[in-house]
Amino acid sequence: MSKFLRSTALVAVFGLVSSPAMAEKFGLGRAALPAEIAAWDGDVSPDGTGLPVGSGDAIDGEEIFADQCAACHGDFAEGIDNWPKLAGGAGTLDHEDPLKTVGSYWPYLSTTYDYIKRSMPYGNAGTLSDDEVYAIVAYILYSNDLIDDDFVLSNETFFDVEMPNADGFILDDRAEAEYAQWTGAPCMENCKDSAVQVTMRAMVLDVTPQEEGEALKAEPAAVVEEAAIAEPAPEVVEAVFDPELAAKGEKVFKKCKSCHQVGEKAKNRSGPVLNGVVGGAAGVVGGFKYSKPMKAAAEGGLIWTETELAAFLAKPKAYLKGTKMSFAGLKKEADQRAVIEYLKSVGE
Amino acid sequence: MSENETGNDSSAHPSRRAFLRGAAAAGAGALTATGANAATPDPLITEVQPWAQAFGEGVDETPYGMPIKFEDDVVRRNVEWLTADTVSSINFTPIHALDGTITPQGCAFERHHSGAIELRKEDYRLMINGLVDTPLVFSYADLERFPRENHVYFCECAANTGMEWAGAQLNGAQFTHGMIHNMEYTGVPLRTLLEEAGLDTAGDLKDKWIFVEGADASSNGRSIPMEKALDDVLVAFKANGEALRKEHGYPVRLVVPGWEGNMWVKWIRRIEVTDQAVESREETSKYTDVLDNGIARKWTWAMDAKSVVTSPSPQAPITHGKGPLVITGLAWSGRGAITRVDVSKDGGMTWETARLAKPGEKMALTRFYLDTDWDGLEMMLQSRAMDDTGYVQPTKAQLREVRGLNSIYHNNCIQTWLVRSNGEAENVEVS
Repeated sequence: MSKFLRSTALVAVFGLVSSPAMAEKFGLGRAALPAEIAAWDGDVSPDGTGLPVGSGDAIDGEEIFADQCAACHGDFAEGIDNWPKLAGGAGTLDHEDPLKTVGSYWPYLSTTYDYIKRSMPYGNAGTLSDDEVYAIVAYILYSNDLIDDDFVLSNETFFDVEMPNADGFILDDRAEAEYAQWTGAPCMENCKDSAVQVTMRAMVLDVTPQEEGEALKAEPAAVVEEAAIAEPAPEVVEAVFDPELAAKGEKVFKKCKSCHQVGEKAKNRSGPVLNGVVGGAAGVVGGFKYSKPMKAAAEGGLIWTETELAAFLAKPKAYLKGTKMSFAGLKKEADQRAVIEYLKSVGE
Repeated sequence: MSENETGNDSSAHPSRRAFLRGAAAAGAGALTATGANAATPDPLITEVQPWAQAFGEGVDETPYGMPIKFEDDVVRRNVEWLTADTVSSINFTPIHALDGTITPQGCAFERHHSGAIELRKEDYRLMINGLVDTPLVFSYADLERFPRENHVYFCECAANTGMEWAGAQLNGAQFTHGMIHNMEYTGVPLRTLLEEAGLDTAGDLKDKWIFVEGADASSNGRSIPMEKALDDVLVAFKANGEALRKEHGYPVRLVVPGWEGNMWVKWIRRIEVTDQAVESREETSKYTDVLDNGIARKWTWAMDAKSVVTSPSPQAPITHGKGPLVITGLAWSGRGAITRVDVSKDGGMTWETARLAKPGEKMALTRFYLDTDWDGLEMMLQSRAMDDTGYVQPTKAQLREVRGLNSIYHNNCIQTWLVRSNGEAENVEVS
């Protein structure tokens, strides 16, 4: 920052600011009310500015994390597929492919609180209480071996936690490290000592997306498949539809939303589209890559009857070992029934 | 330019001027020359075609037009394996198929952290709070009553070309360099809005910051030093003459000229004057540059000078055989204006200075052309940009020497396309 502020532009800019001619007011806008500022101003800074009063520990955090975070970040904050890993990676920053997690890389604990409070859970942001955020942060710290399980994280103990990579950052030094040597008249002829050789080719890796025609054709095909599987569903549905229960289920479904979509415009995300799932055959949503066990179950003729679905939702990993669904499960039977009822309403 | 015109064998590589003179002299004669080689008359000329006989579409057929169907391959593309989910992902501008410098909004790359939201102007609010004399709330209509300005700026994601750090990976300029767009913005200088709220309370502005966040679920908060905030940052509501598209932050986004795209907060809802950087996730865990020794650079906001040949390139091969060939590309610098672009056909052994379509403008894309006569032999095409600070775009080897192999962001290396004698091109690295 200091170097940045030494630039000559600074003088000019601040010169303008202090000039009364530039400080003309237009009388537009209105005063922000304290309640409005309180509603939006939630950022937390490294020195603790903005940190609310509250507390939580890793034991509470583990349960909240399993419900709210583990679908993407894994039960142990280890990350699933391409989703961010939040734990591990200590000592890897100077290795090939460093693992940058809260524990190994993040310099300030305030960042973790700030981000979770403002931007998480993914697809359901801003719904966590301050104590829940403290508990989740504590669980992430615990997963990184940075606190013991009996440590209560609060606004008062916040700075007792040492972040291992707190000193791992320097300010932008490109001016000294790079600009000086990469400035001036460049070479125009005989710029290399020996004949230029190709040393690496992109074709070898072959990670470029396929050409237009194929990519565009894939989508309509998937839609047709979904329509085809949706039809037999109504015949298999067992109970009479209960709109009140479905409304409750819609609320429960918030937990599922970061991975599953429903409705007309639904697309597969980290979980398949759930239109017509109740009473339908398992593993049939076009374009979704199911786990091997799910494919096997589908081939074995698994139908998502309400009973089967409830058993799966109660504890997905126990029901089907190796399923991609990392959700911990809906413990309450009432929640299972409600969400199934809701899914019936998005059947067609 | 002088190297270009004097440094080459004129028979093998005619100078740009000689080439242009020749092309101009040929003029309409070019058609005649093609006709002279045709064995039979061209039915497209000799027979009355449907479009020359009957009507086309009436004026109201498409109240807001899309490109003609023959151009439907010129679209943004996603690289699925890069991210876990499309609502927190990025796609790429089809720069290989565009020309000029302005990027149409409809094919300009998108980067969302929790999806492109739909926010009505009527529901839009912008709050300025923190160390200001009077915390204020503006409606969209309020913003339109402040004096506004027009500026053309590029917006480049810090991760553009990031997948190429460790080696040549993606085969196409769209994928290697397409996290960039260039638009003409209309908006209110942020300085005007900060002064409306009053900065006396902030005291000495030298060590002050602003923290900006969006109205979407990610909120994507970033800290910006007050000096930049008061310099050229724009609170924009129009791009290329029309309202911002949904995916570009409708109704209002921040424009932070020359600095990494992540700071250009879309759907901007709050600007807080602070006495420190918030050190949000997007400026600590992301958008920082890990060096070889494990130490990371932070606050690397400015995007250094960079260029790429957009055609020929893997998605835009040469289809016409040897003879006149337009080599073209884009150059830009977040620290000033492009002053010169050189092109090499032999992997960096010799360079020719390209023609800039217009003099470079500060923190905006510059189009370059090298009008050449292709001998039909293999080329290792490169381009090298220079800006008005005197900075010369480095090679990948030079960057790796300073930063190592674990960096992701801010890769502004010289790109090489291997163009084969059949006109096909491939992304390669060279010695």
